[in-house]
Amino acid sequence: MTRYASVLDLIGNTPMIDASALSPNPSVKIWVKLEGRNPAGSVKDRVAYSLVAAAEADGRLIPGQPGQTLIEPSSGNTGIALAMVCRLKGYHLKVVLPSNVSPERRQLLEVWGAEIIDSPGSEGSNGAVRKAQQLAAENPAWVFLYQYANPANPLAHYTTTGPEIIADVPEITHFVAGLGTSGTLMGVGRFLKERVPDVKIWAIEPPSGEMVDGLRSLDDGYIPPVFTDNDGAHLLDRRVVVRPKESLEWVRRMSEIGLFVGISSGAILAGAVKCAMTIPEGESAHIVTIACDDGWKYLSTGAWTDDLDDVVERAKRIIYF
Amino acid sequence: MAITVRIPTVLRPATGGQAVIEGEGTTIGAVLGRIATDHPGVKPQLFHDDGALHKFLNVYINDDDVRYLGGLEAPVADGDEITLLPAVAGGAV
Repeated sequence: MTRYASVLDLIGNTPMIDASALSPNPSVKIWVKLEGRNPAGSVKDRVAYSLVAAAEADGRLIPGQPGQTLIEPSSGNTGIALAMVCRLKGYHLKVVLPSNVSPERRQLLEVWGAEIIDSPGSEGSNGAVRKAQQLAAENPAWVFLYQYANPANPLAHYTTTGPEIIADVPEITHFVAGLGTSGTLMGVGRFLKERVPDVKIWAIEPPSGEMVDGLRSLDDGYIPPVFTDNDGAHLLDRRVVVRPKESLEWVRRMSEIGLFVGISSGAILAGAVKCAMTIPEGESAHIVTIACDDGWKYLSTGAWTDDLDDVVERAKRIIYF
Repeated sequence: MAITVRIPTVLRPATGGQAVIEGEGTTIGAVLGRIATDHPGVKPQLFHDDGALHKFLNVYINDDDVRYLGGLEAPVADGDEITLLPAVAGGAV
């Protein structure tokens, strides 16, 4: 079908591309699911749609009723996706955004009419979460969907991303994805382990704890409730940090095979390559990864064009994951 | 070759400002235990009272989270780089 009634019908059913040309191990296939093909440009379209649908189903949001406001902390993609969904459904959205995200992320929020509330860049996503929690408590009439704790977040991946992966790569042996709210890893991970019990789930993360210099003590730390509610510690098989330099090197390598993806996708591919190197030569494996978004929102970082070391320094100061 | 332990900013007040400490031990538990002995102020930030790793502390051996490598029993060898990072809200959110 190529005719659609609404942009919302374009969410999901994203393509899976064979990126094995970048695999360091000839017996290991690497597959990349291109989530940048979603209409607002990222994997978070699935989550935003699911969060709003769940709130409409339980009566916290009433379709068609004017004057309803939502508030959400986001470093970009969830905010952008929610802004698009809210514009179509007539809800007003306030996004609490760390001040150090790429300028394209801010502009995209404005495209769909979201209101931006800044949180200190030095506090990273933690600061945005804290500020949104505080504002939601002070304004009980605002609907706070809170992606970090909302079961509709992993559910979106359990019901859509996971089944799409199994349909496209039934031979899957490993799933490698980024750890943010943990919604993708928990939702897809649970779905896959029910269908393919031997599948291994790898989480990739940036060394963000190092960058958040606004952290006063370790007790200001944060583990998303979505992670603990889904027993993430047992669901994951491996958790690996990928540094900014490796992320940028791999985002450039991906362009060799025609893929123009966001910087976090470079980090995830770097993780998939590490995973491929753990598999004994001659033993076949199918690693499925997620490219969360495309490269457009990161052009201002010079990720593809500038001196790599300069970009690495810049990447340490912006939130790209 | 030695074992290098990278200390995050938030823990440095308890390590006398040191950003890098040379580690000693054959398991991650032993390496961290030694740091806790040498810098008693850091102990409650590394371990809970029951001896488990602090829930908001992530520990990596060569960028691999030790919670998935056998926890405090995860083996450490000469040349390994250990990174301690506070758990924070991540990424593409």
